[in-house]
Amino acid sequence: MSIVKHEVAEHFHSAGQESSSAKLGMWLFLVTEVLLFSGLFVAYAIIKSTNHEMWSAASKQLDVVLGTVNTLVLITSSFTVALAVRAAQTNKNGEKNRQMVGLLFVTILLAATFLVVKYFEYSHKFHVGTLPGSYYHFDGIPFPNAHRFFGVYFLMTGLHGIHVVIGMIVLTWVMLRARKGHFYEGYYTPLELGGLYWHLVDLIWIYLFPLLYLV
Amino acid sequence: MSSMTQAGLVHEGEQEISYLRAKKGIWSWLYTIDHKRIGVMYLVAVLLAFLLGGVAALLVRAELFTMGKTIMEADTYNRMFTLHGLAMVFLFIIPGIPAALGNFVLPLMLGAKDVAFPRLNLASFWIYCTGMGMALFAIVSGGVDTGWTFYTPYSATVSGPVVMMTMAAFVLGFSSIFTGLNFIVTVHKMRAPGMTWGRLPLFIWAIYATAVIQVMATPVLAITLLLLALERTMGIGIFDPALGGDPVLFQHFFWFYSHPAVYIMILPGMGIMSELITTFSRKTIFGYRAIALSSIAIAVISFLVWGHHMFVSGQSVYAGMVFSFLTFLVAIPSAIKVFNWTATLYKGSIDLRAPMQWALQFLILFTIGGLTGIFLGTMGTDIHLHDTYFVVAHFHYVMVGGTVTAFIGGLHYWWPKMFGRMYNEKLATISSVLFFIGFNVTFFTQFILGSRGMPRRYYNYVEEFQQLHQISTVGTWFIGASFLLMLGYLLASLRTGAKAGANPWGARSLEWATQSPPIEHNFHEIPTVQEGPYEFPTTVDGPAKA
Repeated sequence: MSIVKHEVAEHFHSAGQESSSAKLGMWLFLVTEVLLFSGLFVAYAIIKSTNHEMWSAASKQLDVVLGTVNTLVLITSSFTVALAVRAAQTNKNGEKNRQMVGLLFVTILLAATFLVVKYFEYSHKFHVGTLPGSYYHFDGIPFPNAHRFFGVYFLMTGLHGIHVVIGMIVLTWVMLRARKGHFYEGYYTPLELGGLYWHLVDLIWIYLFPLLYLV
Repeated sequence: MSSMTQAGLVHEGEQEISYLRAKKGIWSWLYTIDHKRIGVMYLVAVLLAFLLGGVAALLVRAELFTMGKTIMEADTYNRMFTLHGLAMVFLFIIPGIPAALGNFVLPLMLGAKDVAFPRLNLASFWIYCTGMGMALFAIVSGGVDTGWTFYTPYSATVSGPVVMMTMAAFVLGFSSIFTGLNFIVTVHKMRAPGMTWGRLPLFIWAIYATAVIQVMATPVLAITLLLLALERTMGIGIFDPALGGDPVLFQHFFWFYSHPAVYIMILPGMGIMSELITTFSRKTIFGYRAIALSSIAIAVISFLVWGHHMFVSGQSVYAGMVFSFLTFLVAIPSAIKVFNWTATLYKGSIDLRAPMQWALQFLILFTIGGLTGIFLGTMGTDIHLHDTYFVVAHFHYVMVGGTVTAFIGGLHYWWPKMFGRMYNEKLATISSVLFFIGFNVTFFTQFILGSRGMPRRYYNYVEEFQQLHQISTVGTWFIGASFLLMLGYLLASLRTGAKAGANPWGARSLEWATQSPPIEHNFHEIPTVQEGPYEFPTTVDGPAKA
């Protein structure tokens, strides 16, 4: 096990300038992600405030147990990715490469678990017909336009699910680089930024879970 | 800038290999991560979009030359004005100044080798091209007639490639976000030693404020367009009232992006103005700090005024009053800029070469555009003027009289830097005069038409409006001639233009400290900045400090 020294890109004058630029860029990107979801949160708030009873009746169709399991799964994955960053920060000569790879692997595995649980939730809804818009064919909710809840539900969780998949791709790339010894105490920007992205994916779910399952 | 001579950045007499010739072949352009080459590619792309939107505008005005049908059917006309709006807004004005001119000069002005994320910059360009391709595909596969605003419920139900067109705007939004993100980080992290915030050229301040809006507003447009596409394909009931949705919610979402987007369009133009006015008055800018901070103020307030587009959409009167008040508020920082530019001209040594001609046009036309905005921000008068030609004239005075004249002024200003050649000054003067006449003939008549009740977007009109419509149409021919002439002399200058020195205008900011066209890495050594960007050696009242 050893490490590969990082070389600063030509247009930067120092490693500090490079990493702080990357970090600022990532934070700005996360701002755009939050704003992307904000449109959905506003739509949620407006429909809920004008259709209160329909909303809570429709919300009862969701499986709180599976939602809770998924919440715990994602929180754990945030923890393991944070540990991976910590491992990189204390990695001097590659002695923590294996640990980093292992933690990232567990994170990706947890992400996959989340998606598997989501798959079971979705297929149940396809089965009973609690679907968005014109695909809605469920008659257990005694309110008009209950399809609107499931429109918002599928949009929010679907967009979040896409982010989970992207996160898995990013973390896999980071894991492969960690295996080659690219991350050590002097350089771990991609791992740190990948971790930040993963925390955001987790954080969005932490808002989605109570708003959709528990109201 | 005194550092220019001290650091010996310009090697007189020995012209080195420029960024244009540093690498050869088409792939060296398409895969380049050099901000200057990306800027030039963006310039070509946005000018093509400008041509497309411009031809559509000429056709729209030609159709309106007589009552009833002149050259096209009503359906074609609706698609034509939608095409004009979409091409001009999403493909030309929004990326125009930041992505084309900004990309080229921002790192040079900061004294940096490149933007912070060169590959993201290239990605932004290719995403832009993808969006443009999708928009063109939507146009050739039937076109859309929703207007550029895509208002629901019409856009959710009408036939045509609306989904493709909204997805094109969605994709273009990402190109805009990436450019903005890149510029914010570049301004924060890539400034040369000594380039403090108080020494940034005002163009940078303006681009920075623009980038903040691009990053903060565009994601909301993205999700709005996604919701609209899903409303059309699946009927999710967010916007369509037939499914329980709220069409005014679409307007809120749309204008939450699109009103700040108006400032994405005008702020960079204001930045160019600050550069042109001081350089061609040979005088330090008056009120540096006020101009810099007013850019930020505009960016902040721009997020709080979207409701003034919906005074008659059924939002509450109280909301309308608040939005009306906030709209007046945004006039203040804009006026601060106009006053400061005017004060800069005072006792300046004014040089009326081409870039300055466009700057002075901006000053006049933007002021008219800005003041007529107050009419529309006032609820009482807006109810009379809403959706009339008065609105069309108002925003064309701001967008064309403001942004486009600044863009053209900036293009003439940095052209020698970009390509190392001077253009024909006489033809440039003819072109700018033609534009000024044509623009006012076209759009001032529209103020009159609008105040008399001519509704915007209509295919037909009553007889009493015909004369004014014809005057307006004739004006567009002058504008068309002006731009055709410009295209001619600019292209000719690439072959036959006189060689431009490093600093043909005697400007003081850093982009003029390197040769024209610049070398691939901009500077031999990173310059050290010792003073502000507008310290001209001789001023009438002595060196004024900002």
